[in-house]
Amino acid sequence: MSRAGWIRCAVIAVAVAALEIACRMQLIDPFTVIPPSQMAAALADILTTRELLLEISTSLLNILIAVCCTIVAGIAIGVVLHPLHRVRRILDPFLSSYYALPLFAFYPLFIVIFGVGSIPIIIMGFLAGLAAMILSTLDGLDNVPRTLTKVARMHHMGRLSTALQLQLPAAAPYVLTGIKLAIAYGFIGVIASEFILSGRGLGFAIGFSYNNFDTRTMYGLILFVLLLVILLNLLLHAWDQRMQLRRRR
Amino acid sequence: MRKSERIQDAVILCAAILLVWQCLHWVVGSTALTSPLDTALRLKELSGADWFRADAWESLRAMGAAALIVALCGVSIGIILGLHRLTGSVAEPILITFHALPKVSLYPVVLLIFGLTISARVAFGVMHGIVPVALFTMAAVLNVRPVLVRAGRLMHLSGPGVVTRIVLPAALPGIVTGLRIGLSVTILGVLIGEMFASKKGLGFRLINAIGNNDAPTIMAIAVLLSVFAMALNYALILILADRRESGTR
Repeated sequence: MSRAGWIRCAVIAVAVAALEIACRMQLIDPFTVIPPSQMAAALADILTTRELLLEISTSLLNILIAVCCTIVAGIAIGVVLHPLHRVRRILDPFLSSYYALPLFAFYPLFIVIFGVGSIPIIIMGFLAGLAAMILSTLDGLDNVPRTLTKVARMHHMGRLSTALQLQLPAAAPYVLTGIKLAIAYGFIGVIASEFILSGRGLGFAIGFSYNNFDTRTMYGLILFVLLLVILLNLLLHAWDQRMQLRRRR
Repeated sequence: MRKSERIQDAVILCAAILLVWQCLHWVVGSTALTSPLDTALRLKELSGADWFRADAWESLRAMGAAALIVALCGVSIGIILGLHRLTGSVAEPILITFHALPKVSLYPVVLLIFGLTISARVAFGVMHGIVPVALFTMAAVLNVRPVLVRAGRLMHLSGPGVVTRIVLPAALPGIVTGLRIGLSVTILGVLIGEMFASKKGLGFRLINAIGNNDAPTIMAIAVLLSVFAMALNYALILILADRRESGTR
C-alpha cells in the first residue's frame, strides 16, 4: 500500500478512536451518537439474529433490478442516440441538468400507475442512474477510434453487429465508469425512496428505528449501508484499474 | 454554435417536454399527473397565497445558506487538496466514498445533532453538495499548467498571490462545473430535509400534498423547483460558455 494509503488508514483509525473515546467519556450525548464499538455490536446482532433479513434482502433485490435496468436501458439509449446528432444536441441541456430535478416528486405518479410495492422504488432507482449511464455511453462511443468505424463499413456490418462487436468493446472503459455511477446512484435512489416514502426495506428500517428512538439498531443499519457501499466501491475500483491498464495499451 | 440554433434547440426541447407531459396526462389521468395548463393555473393560484410565499421564502433562505457554505467551503477545501498533493491523495478516496453513500441514511444523525431546526436542513444541503464541489475543484487545481505557477513565482508573487491570481482563474472552468453539480444536489438535499423534518418550506408543502394526493399542488411545486434548478444550472453553463468564447484561457 502506498504512503498515502497508510496515512489514510491512520486518519480513519484516529477518527474512529476519537469518536469512541468521546462517546465513552460522555462528551457526546449517548442519545445522539453511540460509540463505534456498540455500532459494530449492533450490526453483528442484526446480521446474526436475522430479524431485519427481510428488509435487507428487499432493498438489495430492488437495487439489483434497478441497476440492471439502468445499465441495459442506458446503453441502449446511448447507442441509439449517438448517431442522431441534432437530437443529441437538443437533449444535451436536459441531460446535464437531469440531476437538478426533484424526481421523487413524481413518486406518487408511479404509485398510481404501478401500485404500492417494490415497482415504484425500483423505478426511482432506475431513473436515478439513467442519465449518468446514457452520458457515459455517449462519451465512450465518442471515443471509439475512427478506424473501427471504417472496418465496420468495409465488412458491410449492420447497425446492431457494429454496436455489439466493435463499438461497445471499444467504449468499454467509459461504459464501466457509467456502470459504477449507475450502481452508486441506484443505491442512493432506492434507499432514499425507501426512507422517505415506503414501508419496507433498509431505508425504511433506518427511519423507523430513528422514530422509535432505537439509536442502537439505527446505527447498526447505517453502518451496514456504509460498509456495503465501501466494499462495492472497492471492488468496482479494482475492476476499473484493470480496465485502465487495457485502455493505456 | 450560432445563437439562433441554440434558441431553436431550446424551443424544440420545451415543446417536446410539454408534448410528452400532455400525452402522459391523457394516458394516466389527472389524479396522477395534471396537465401542463392545470399545473400552470395552480401555480398562479399558489403564488398569490401568503402561506405559499412564506414557505417559498423559507426554502430559499435555507437553500441560499447551504449554497453559500458549499461554494465557500467546498472550493476552499478543493484548493487546499489540489495544492498539497499528499493531503489530496489521502483525502480523495475518502471523499469519493462519502459521495457514493446514500446520505439519506445519515440524516437521522444530523437531526440528532442539530435538532429539528433550519440548521439541520442547511446541514443536509451542505452534506450533499460539499463533496462534489471539493472533488471537482481539486481536479481543476491539479490540472492547472505548472508553467503558469512557475511564471508567477518567477515574478516574485507571494504564496496567497499565486493562489488568487493564477491558480483560481486557471481552474475556474472546472470549479464552475463542480459548482453546477454541487449546487443542484445541495438544493435537493435541503428539499429532502424539509420533506420529512420540517413544518415550513416547499418540501413540507410537497410531502403534505403527496399525503393528500393533491396532484395539482404536487406538480406545481415540482415544476417550480425543476425550473429554478434548471435555470441555475443553465446560468452556470452559460457563464462557462461565455468565458470560453471570450478567449480567456
